[in-house]
Amino acid sequence: MYDGGKIIIGLIIFIGISIFPFILTMGKAVAKPEPKLDTPEIQKMVEKKCVESKMYMKTEHMVMLNDWRDAVVRDGLRLYKATDGKLYDMSLQNTCMKCHSSKKNFCDQCHNYVAVKPYCWDCHIAPQEGT
Amino acid sequence: MSIRRRDFLKIAGVSAIAGIGGVSALSLLKIKGSEASSYIEDPKTLKGKRWAIAIDIQKFQTPEDYARVINACHSIHNVPDIGNPKEEIKWIWTESYEHSFPSQDYGNPYIQDHLKKKPFLVLCNHCDNPPCVRVCPTKATFKRKSDGIVMMDMHRCIGCRFCMAGCPYGARSFNWRDPRPYIKKINPEFPARMKGVVEKCTFCYQRIAVGLQPACVEASKGAMIFGDLADPNSEIRRVLSSRYTIRRKPELGTNPSIFYIIGG
Ligand code: SF4
Ligand code: SF4
Ligand code: SF4
Repeated sequence: MYDGGKIIIGLIIFIGISIFPFILTMGKAVAKPEPKLDTPEIQKMVEKKCVESKMYMKTEHMVMLNDWRDAVVRDGLRLYKATDGKLYDMSLQNTCMKCHSSKKNFCDQCHNYVAVKPYCWDCHIAPQEGT
Repeated sequence: MSIRRRDFLKIAGVSAIAGIGGVSALSLLKIKGSEASSYIEDPKTLKGKRWAIAIDIQKFQTPEDYARVINACHSIHNVPDIGNPKEEIKWIWTESYEHSFPSQDYGNPYIQDHLKKKPFLVLCNHCDNPPCVRVCPTKATFKRKSDGIVMMDMHRCIGCRFCMAGCPYGARSFNWRDPRPYIKKINPEFPARMKGVVEKCTFCYQRIAVGLQPACVEASKGAMIFGDLADPNSEIRRVLSSRYTIRRKPELGTNPSIFYIIGG
Protein backbone atom coordinates (compact mmCIF):
# COMPACT_ATOMS: atom_id res chain seq x y z
CA MET A 1 0.00 0.00 0.00
CA TYR A 2 1.47 3.32 -1.07
CA ASP A 3 1.29 6.13 1.46
CA GLY A 4 -0.47 3.82 3.90
CA GLY A 5 0.37 6.00 6.87
CA LYS A 6 -1.12 9.12 5.30
CA ILE A 7 -4.26 7.28 4.32
CA ILE A 8 -4.77 5.91 7.78
CA ILE A 9 -4.20 9.30 9.38
CA GLY A 10 -6.63 10.80 6.86
CA LEU A 11 -9.18 8.12 7.70
CA ILE A 12 -8.84 8.75 11.40
CA ILE A 13 -9.33 12.49 10.92
CA PHE A 14 -12.34 11.82 8.69
CA ILE A 15 -13.98 9.47 11.19
CA GLY A 16 -13.19 11.90 13.97
CA ILE A 17 -15.00 14.72 12.19
CA SER A 18 -17.96 12.50 11.32
CA ILE A 19 -18.58 11.31 14.83
CA PHE A 20 -17.62 14.54 16.55
CA PRO A 21 -21.24 15.69 17.09
CA PHE A 22 -22.06 12.38 18.74
CA ILE A 23 -19.03 12.50 21.02
CA LEU A 24 -19.91 16.04 21.99
CA THR A 25 -23.38 15.12 23.19
CA MET A 26 -22.47 11.70 24.56
CA GLY A 27 -23.72 11.11 28.04
CA LYS A 28 -25.68 14.34 28.01
CA ALA A 29 -29.38 13.63 28.08
CA VAL A 30 -31.27 15.94 25.76
CA ALA A 31 -34.40 17.02 27.56
CA LYS A 32 -37.37 15.06 26.35
CA PRO A 33 -40.06 17.31 24.91
CA GLU A 34 -42.91 17.65 27.32
CA PRO A 35 -45.73 19.61 25.80
CA LYS A 36 -47.83 20.74 28.75
CA LEU A 37 -51.58 20.54 28.76
CA ASP A 38 -52.26 22.09 32.16
CA THR A 39 -53.51 25.48 30.93
CA PRO A 40 -56.51 26.98 32.74
CA GLU A 41 -58.66 26.59 29.63
CA ILE A 42 -57.91 22.89 29.24
CA GLN A 43 -58.40 22.25 32.95
CA LYS A 44 -61.86 23.71 32.67
CA MET A 45 -62.86 21.15 30.03
CA VAL A 46 -65.00 18.25 31.16
CA GLU A 47 -63.85 16.02 28.33
CA LYS A 48 -60.26 16.94 27.60
CA LYS A 49 -60.18 16.58 23.85
CA CYS A 50 -58.68 18.54 20.97
CA VAL A 51 -60.58 19.04 17.71
CA GLU A 52 -59.47 15.57 16.58
CA SER A 53 -57.85 12.57 18.26
CA LYS A 54 -54.52 13.00 20.00
CA MET A 55 -52.70 10.72 17.55
CA TYR A 56 -54.11 12.56 14.58
CA MET A 57 -53.19 15.95 15.99
CA LYS A 58 -49.70 14.74 16.81
CA THR A 59 -48.91 13.60 13.30
CA GLU A 60 -51.15 15.77 11.13
CA HIS A 61 -51.61 19.14 12.84
CA MET A 62 -49.35 20.89 10.35
CA VAL A 63 -51.28 19.55 7.40
CA MET A 64 -54.53 20.45 9.11
CA LEU A 65 -53.38 24.02 9.79
CA ASN A 66 -52.37 24.43 6.15
CA ASP A 67 -55.78 23.21 5.02
CA TRP A 68 -57.53 25.47 7.53
CA ARG A 69 -55.55 28.43 6.26
CA ASP A 70 -56.59 27.81 2.67
CA ALA A 71 -60.22 27.19 3.59
CA VAL A 72 -60.47 30.43 5.57
CA VAL A 73 -58.35 32.80 3.49
CA ARG A 74 -59.07 31.53 0.00
CA ASP A 75 -62.53 30.00 0.21
CA GLY A 76 -64.06 32.07 3.00
CA LEU A 77 -65.08 28.95 4.93
CA ARG A 78 -64.42 29.51 8.60
CA LEU A 79 -66.01 26.62 10.45
CA TYR A 80 -64.54 23.17 10.91
CA LYS A 81 -66.97 20.34 11.40
CA ALA A 82 -64.89 17.78 13.26
CA THR A 83 -65.19 14.02 12.93
CA ASP A 84 -67.36 13.97 16.04
CA GLY A 85 -69.66 16.60 14.55
CA LYS A 86 -68.55 19.50 16.76
CA LEU A 87 -68.01 22.91 15.14
CA TYR A 88 -64.85 24.96 15.58
CA ASP A 89 -63.73 28.35 14.31
CA MET A 90 -60.68 27.59 12.14
CA SER A 91 -58.32 30.05 13.75
CA LEU A 92 -54.82 29.53 15.08
CA GLN A 93 -54.98 32.56 17.36
CA ASN A 94 -58.61 32.32 18.43
CA THR A 95 -59.12 28.56 18.65
CA CYS A 96 -55.84 26.60 18.98
CA MET A 97 -54.08 29.10 21.22
CA LYS A 98 -57.11 29.72 23.41
CA CYS A 99 -56.58 26.27 24.91
CA HIS A 100 -52.86 25.93 24.28
CA SER A 101 -52.27 29.30 25.81
CA SER A 102 -48.52 28.89 26.28
CA LYS A 103 -46.55 28.58 23.08
CA LYS A 104 -43.41 28.05 25.13
CA ASN A 105 -44.78 25.10 27.05
CA PHE A 106 -46.65 23.54 24.16
CA CYS A 107 -45.62 24.30 20.56
CA ASP A 108 -41.98 25.06 21.29
CA GLN A 109 -41.45 21.86 23.27
CA CYS A 110 -41.45 19.55 20.26
CA HIS A 111 -40.53 22.11 17.64
CA ASN A 112 -37.31 22.91 19.48
CA TYR A 113 -36.59 19.24 20.09
CA VAL A 114 -36.78 18.38 16.41
CA ALA A 115 -35.27 21.76 15.42
CA VAL A 116 -38.10 22.98 13.23
CA LYS A 117 -39.00 26.64 13.09
CA PRO A 118 -42.52 27.02 11.78
CA TYR A 119 -43.03 30.52 10.39
CA CYS A 120 -46.58 30.82 11.75
CA TRP A 121 -45.33 33.24 14.37
CA ASP A 122 -43.72 35.65 11.94
CA CYS A 123 -47.21 37.10 11.60
CA HIS A 124 -49.55 35.31 13.99
CA ILE A 125 -49.56 36.55 17.52
CA ALA A 126 -48.86 34.09 20.31
CA PRO A 127 -50.59 34.53 23.65
CA GLN A 128 -48.64 36.40 26.32
CA GLU A 129 -46.53 34.01 28.36
CA GLY A 130 -46.71 33.63 32.09
CA THR A 131 -50.02 35.20 32.92
CA MET B 1 -31.25 -20.37 -11.08
CA SER B 2 -32.61 -18.59 -14.05
CA ILE B 3 -36.00 -16.97 -14.11
CA ARG B 4 -38.24 -17.26 -17.13
CA ARG B 5 -39.44 -14.07 -18.76
CA ARG B 6 -43.05 -15.07 -18.20
CA ASP B 7 -42.50 -15.61 -14.47
CA PHE B 8 -40.69 -12.31 -14.15
CA LEU B 9 -43.60 -10.45 -15.72
CA LYS B 10 -46.07 -12.20 -13.40
CA ILE B 11 -44.10 -11.26 -10.32
CA ALA B 12 -43.62 -7.69 -11.54
CA GLY B 13 -47.34 -7.34 -12.24
CA VAL B 14 -48.39 -8.68 -8.87
CA SER B 15 -45.95 -6.48 -6.99
CA ALA B 16 -47.07 -3.42 -8.93
CA ILE B 17 -50.67 -4.11 -7.96
CA ALA B 18 -49.65 -4.73 -4.37
CA GLY B 19 -47.67 -1.49 -4.47
CA ILE B 20 -50.59 0.55 -5.71
CA GLY B 21 -52.91 -1.07 -3.20
CA GLY B 22 -50.37 -0.52 -0.46
CA VAL B 23 -50.10 3.19 -1.22
CA SER B 24 -53.81 3.74 -1.20
CA ALA B 25 -54.23 1.82 2.03
CA LEU B 26 -51.55 4.02 3.54
CA SER B 27 -53.15 7.24 2.38
CA LEU B 28 -56.49 6.00 3.68
CA LEU B 29 -54.89 5.48 7.05
CA LYS B 30 -53.46 8.99 6.90
CA ILE B 31 -56.69 10.83 6.32
CA LYS B 32 -58.49 8.74 8.90
CA GLY B 33 -59.39 10.83 11.87
CA SER B 34 -60.53 13.66 9.65
CA GLU B 35 -62.32 11.71 6.96
CA ALA B 36 -65.70 12.68 8.35
CA SER B 37 -64.71 16.31 8.85
CA SER B 38 -65.58 19.18 6.56
CA TYR B 39 -65.31 22.94 6.15
CA ILE B 40 -68.46 24.96 6.25
CA GLU B 41 -69.42 28.59 5.93
CA ASP B 42 -70.45 30.36 9.10
CA PRO B 43 -74.23 30.80 8.87
CA LYS B 44 -73.77 34.30 10.31
CA THR B 45 -71.88 35.39 7.15
CA LEU B 46 -73.43 38.43 5.46
CA LYS B 47 -74.68 37.48 2.01
CA GLY B 48 -73.74 39.69 -0.92
CA LYS B 49 -72.46 39.41 -4.49
CA ARG B 50 -70.50 42.64 -4.65
CA TRP B 51 -69.77 44.58 -1.50
CA ALA B 52 -69.38 48.34 -1.73
CA ILE B 53 -69.16 51.43 0.46
CA ALA B 54 -70.59 54.90 -0.16
CA ILE B 55 -68.85 57.68 1.78
CA ASP B 56 -70.99 60.70 2.57
CA ILE B 57 -68.39 63.45 2.50
CA GLN B 58 -70.67 66.09 4.09
CA LYS B 59 -70.76 64.03 7.26
CA PHE B 60 -66.99 64.28 7.68
CA GLN B 61 -66.45 67.67 9.25
CA THR B 62 -63.94 67.64 12.11
CA PRO B 63 -60.52 65.92 12.15
CA GLU B 64 -62.02 63.69 14.83
CA ASP B 65 -64.53 62.31 12.31
CA TYR B 66 -61.70 61.05 10.12
CA ALA B 67 -59.45 59.90 12.96
CA ARG B 68 -62.17 57.80 14.56
CA VAL B 69 -62.72 55.84 11.35
CA ILE B 70 -59.02 55.41 10.58
CA ASN B 71 -58.21 54.32 14.14
CA ALA B 72 -61.04 51.82 14.13
CA CYS B 73 -59.50 50.08 11.14
CA HIS B 74 -55.84 50.36 12.05
CA SER B 75 -56.26 49.31 15.66
CA ILE B 76 -58.19 46.09 15.03
CA HIS B 77 -56.00 45.08 12.09
CA ASN B 78 -52.64 45.61 13.82
CA VAL B 79 -51.54 48.22 11.30
CA PRO B 80 -48.19 49.61 12.51
CA ASP B 81 -47.33 53.27 12.84
CA ILE B 82 -43.74 53.38 11.57
CA GLY B 83 -43.52 57.15 11.86
CA ASN B 84 -41.65 57.58 8.58
CA PRO B 85 -43.72 58.61 5.54
CA LYS B 86 -41.50 56.57 3.21
CA GLU B 87 -42.32 53.37 5.06
CA GLU B 88 -45.88 54.24 6.00
CA ILE B 89 -48.36 51.37 6.23
CA LYS B 90 -51.97 52.36 5.68
CA TRP B 91 -55.27 50.64 5.00
CA ILE B 92 -57.45 53.72 5.09
CA TRP B 93 -56.19 57.31 5.10
CA THR B 94 -56.93 60.80 3.80
CA GLU B 95 -55.94 62.48 0.55
CA SER B 96 -56.57 65.93 -0.91
CA TYR B 97 -59.25 66.44 -3.54
CA GLU B 98 -56.82 66.66 -6.44
CA HIS B 99 -54.99 63.53 -5.36
CA SER B 100 -58.20 61.61 -4.82
CA PHE B 101 -59.94 62.71 -8.01
CA PRO B 102 -57.24 63.95 -10.40
CA SER B 103 -59.43 63.49 -13.46
CA GLN B 104 -62.26 65.61 -12.03
CA ASP B 105 -59.95 68.39 -11.05
CA TYR B 106 -57.88 68.40 -14.21
CA GLY B 107 -57.77 71.87 -15.65
CA ASN B 108 -60.39 73.23 -13.28
CA PRO B 109 -58.88 75.52 -10.67
CA TYR B 110 -62.29 77.08 -9.93
CA ILE B 111 -63.81 74.04 -8.27
CA GLN B 112 -65.85 74.75 -5.13
CA ASP B 113 -63.67 75.75 -2.21
CA HIS B 114 -65.16 73.28 0.22
CA LEU B 115 -64.11 70.41 -2.07
CA LYS B 116 -60.63 71.79 -2.70
CA LYS B 117 -59.85 72.09 0.98
CA LYS B 118 -61.50 68.90 2.15
CA PRO B 119 -59.58 65.73 3.03
CA PHE B 120 -61.12 62.59 1.50
CA LEU B 121 -61.06 59.18 3.07
CA VAL B 122 -59.45 56.70 0.71
CA LEU B 123 -58.95 52.95 0.89
CA CYS B 124 -58.69 50.00 -1.46
CA ASN B 125 -61.54 50.29 -3.98
CA HIS B 126 -62.09 46.56 -4.27
CA CYS B 127 -62.17 47.11 -8.00
CA ASP B 128 -64.42 44.89 -10.06
CA ASN B 129 -61.60 44.72 -12.61
CA PRO B 130 -58.57 44.88 -10.33
CA PRO B 131 -55.18 45.42 -12.00
CA CYS B 132 -53.40 44.33 -8.80
CA VAL B 133 -54.87 40.85 -9.21
CA ARG B 134 -53.86 40.63 -12.85
CA VAL B 135 -50.22 41.36 -12.14
CA CYS B 136 -49.76 39.28 -8.99
CA PRO B 137 -47.61 36.29 -9.98
CA THR B 138 -48.56 34.14 -6.99
CA LYS B 139 -52.29 34.83 -6.64
CA ALA B 140 -51.50 36.19 -3.20
CA THR B 141 -53.98 38.88 -4.06
CA PHE B 142 -57.16 37.61 -5.65
CA LYS B 143 -60.77 38.55 -6.12
CA ARG B 144 -63.24 36.43 -4.18
CA LYS B 145 -65.77 35.00 -6.59
CA SER B 146 -68.47 34.92 -3.96
CA ASP B 147 -68.59 38.61 -3.03
CA GLY B 148 -66.03 40.57 -5.06
CA ILE B 149 -63.67 41.33 -2.16
CA VAL B 150 -60.09 41.79 -3.38
CA MET B 151 -58.33 39.66 -0.77
CA MET B 152 -54.78 39.36 0.42
CA ASP B 153 -53.31 35.96 1.24
CA MET B 154 -50.27 37.15 3.17
CA HIS B 155 -49.04 33.55 3.40
CA ARG B 156 -48.36 33.58 -0.33
CA CYS B 157 -47.07 37.09 -0.89
CA ILE B 158 -43.44 37.08 -2.05
CA GLY B 159 -43.07 40.84 -1.78
CA CYS B 160 -42.40 41.44 -5.49
CA ARG B 161 -44.52 44.64 -5.30
CA PHE B 162 -45.96 44.22 -8.81
CA CYS B 163 -49.37 44.89 -7.29
CA MET B 164 -48.18 48.22 -5.91
CA ALA B 165 -47.09 49.24 -9.39
CA GLY B 166 -50.40 47.95 -10.76
CA CYS B 167 -52.74 49.67 -8.32
CA PRO B 168 -53.57 53.17 -9.59
CA TYR B 169 -54.78 54.28 -6.16
CA GLY B 170 -51.75 53.70 -3.96
CA ALA B 171 -53.90 51.45 -1.81
CA ARG B 172 -51.08 49.03 -0.97
CA SER B 173 -48.22 49.30 1.48
CA PHE B 174 -45.01 47.30 1.65
CA ASN B 175 -43.46 46.16 4.92
CA TRP B 176 -39.88 47.35 4.70
CA ARG B 177 -39.16 46.09 8.21
CA ASP B 178 -40.70 43.88 10.86
CA PRO B 179 -43.84 45.82 11.78
CA ARG B 180 -44.35 44.17 15.19
CA PRO B 181 -42.47 46.75 17.32
CA TYR B 182 -44.47 49.57 15.72
CA ILE B 183 -47.92 48.28 16.57
CA LYS B 184 -49.17 50.49 19.37
CA LYS B 185 -51.54 48.04 20.96
CA ILE B 186 -51.70 44.53 19.58
CA ASN B 187 -55.11 43.03 18.91
CA PRO B 188 -54.51 39.39 19.87
CA GLU B 189 -57.45 38.22 17.79
CA PHE B 190 -56.01 39.31 14.43
CA PRO B 191 -52.64 38.46 12.89
CA ALA B 192 -49.91 41.00 12.15
CA ARG B 193 -47.68 40.90 9.08
CA MET B 194 -43.98 40.29 8.55
CA LYS B 195 -41.16 42.05 6.77
CA GLY B 196 -41.39 41.69 3.01
CA VAL B 197 -45.13 41.39 2.41
CA VAL B 198 -47.64 43.82 0.97
CA GLU B 199 -50.82 44.67 2.83
CA LYS B 200 -54.00 46.65 2.32
CA CYS B 201 -57.65 46.88 3.33
CA THR B 202 -59.31 43.47 3.11
CA PHE B 203 -62.85 44.82 3.42
CA CYS B 204 -63.05 43.35 6.93
CA TYR B 205 -63.67 39.87 5.51
CA GLN B 206 -63.28 38.50 9.05
CA ARG B 207 -66.14 40.69 10.29
CA ILE B 208 -68.41 40.06 7.30
CA ALA B 209 -67.94 36.35 8.03
CA VAL B 210 -69.56 36.75 11.43
CA GLY B 211 -72.34 39.08 10.38
CA LEU B 212 -70.67 42.41 11.21
CA GLN B 213 -70.26 45.47 9.00
CA PRO B 214 -66.71 46.71 8.26
CA ALA B 215 -65.12 48.43 11.24
CA CYS B 216 -64.73 51.78 9.46
CA VAL B 217 -68.41 51.80 8.52
CA GLU B 218 -69.41 50.98 12.08
CA ALA B 219 -67.18 53.74 13.49
CA SER B 220 -68.41 56.32 10.98
CA LYS B 221 -71.79 56.69 12.72
CA GLY B 222 -73.76 56.61 9.50
CA ALA B 223 -71.34 58.59 7.35
CA MET B 224 -70.39 55.45 5.42
CA ILE B 225 -72.95 53.11 3.94
CA PHE B 226 -72.05 49.48 3.32
CA GLY B 227 -74.02 47.11 1.15
CA ASP B 228 -74.41 44.83 -1.84
CA LEU B 229 -74.34 46.49 -5.26
CA ALA B 230 -75.93 43.42 -6.82
CA ASP B 231 -79.04 43.73 -4.67
CA PRO B 232 -81.37 46.40 -6.12
CA ASN B 233 -83.16 46.69 -2.77
CA SER B 234 -80.07 47.32 -0.67
CA GLU B 235 -79.58 50.57 1.18
CA ILE B 236 -76.49 51.41 -0.83
CA ARG B 237 -78.36 51.04 -4.11
CA ARG B 238 -81.07 53.33 -2.80
CA VAL B 239 -78.46 55.93 -1.82
CA LEU B 240 -76.63 55.62 -5.15
CA SER B 241 -79.83 56.06 -7.13
CA SER B 242 -80.94 59.12 -5.19
CA ARG B 243 -77.72 61.10 -4.66
CA TYR B 244 -74.86 62.27 -6.86
CA THR B 245 -71.75 60.13 -6.36
CA ILE B 246 -68.31 59.95 -7.93
CA ARG B 247 -65.60 57.32 -7.93
CA ARG B 248 -61.83 57.58 -8.11
CA LYS B 249 -60.28 57.51 -11.61
CA PRO B 250 -63.23 55.74 -13.27
CA GLU B 251 -61.68 56.35 -16.70
CA LEU B 252 -59.11 53.63 -15.99
CA GLY B 253 -61.77 50.95 -16.23
CA THR B 254 -61.06 49.41 -12.84
CA ASN B 255 -64.71 49.83 -11.81
CA PRO B 256 -64.19 50.78 -8.14
CA SER B 257 -66.62 49.74 -5.41
CA ILE B 258 -66.04 52.79 -3.22
CA PHE B 259 -68.37 55.73 -3.95
CA TYR B 260 -68.21 59.33 -2.73
CA ILE B 261 -71.50 61.11 -2.14
CA ILE B 262 -70.86 64.65 -3.32
CA GLY B 263 -74.28 66.19 -3.84
CA GLY B 264 -77.60 66.03 -2.05
S1 SF4 C 1 -57.79 49.80 -5.32
FE1 SF4 C 1 -55.81 49.02 -5.94
S2 SF4 C 1 -55.42 47.36 -4.50
FE2 SF4 C 1 -57.59 47.79 -4.37
S3 SF4 C 1 -58.54 46.38 -5.86
FE3 SF4 C 1 -58.22 48.31 -6.94
S4 SF4 C 1 -56.22 48.02 -7.91
FE4 SF4 C 1 -56.35 46.44 -6.33
S1 SF4 D 1 -46.16 41.83 -3.64
FE1 SF4 D 1 -47.32 40.02 -2.99
S2 SF4 D 1 -49.48 40.51 -3.44
FE2 SF4 D 1 -48.20 41.98 -4.56
S3 SF4 D 1 -47.94 41.14 -6.61
FE3 SF4 D 1 -46.17 40.44 -5.39
S4 SF4 D 1 -46.82 38.47 -4.51
FE4 SF4 D 1 -48.67 39.47 -5.27
S1 SF4 E 1 -63.28 47.86 5.25
FE1 SF4 E 1 -62.24 47.12 7.10
S2 SF4 E 1 -60.15 46.80 6.41
FE2 SF4 E 1 -61.09 48.12 4.88
S3 SF4 E 1 -60.64 50.21 5.54
FE3 SF4 E 1 -62.63 49.66 6.43
S4 SF4 E 1 -62.12 48.89 8.48
FE4 SF4 E 1 -60.23 48.87 7.28
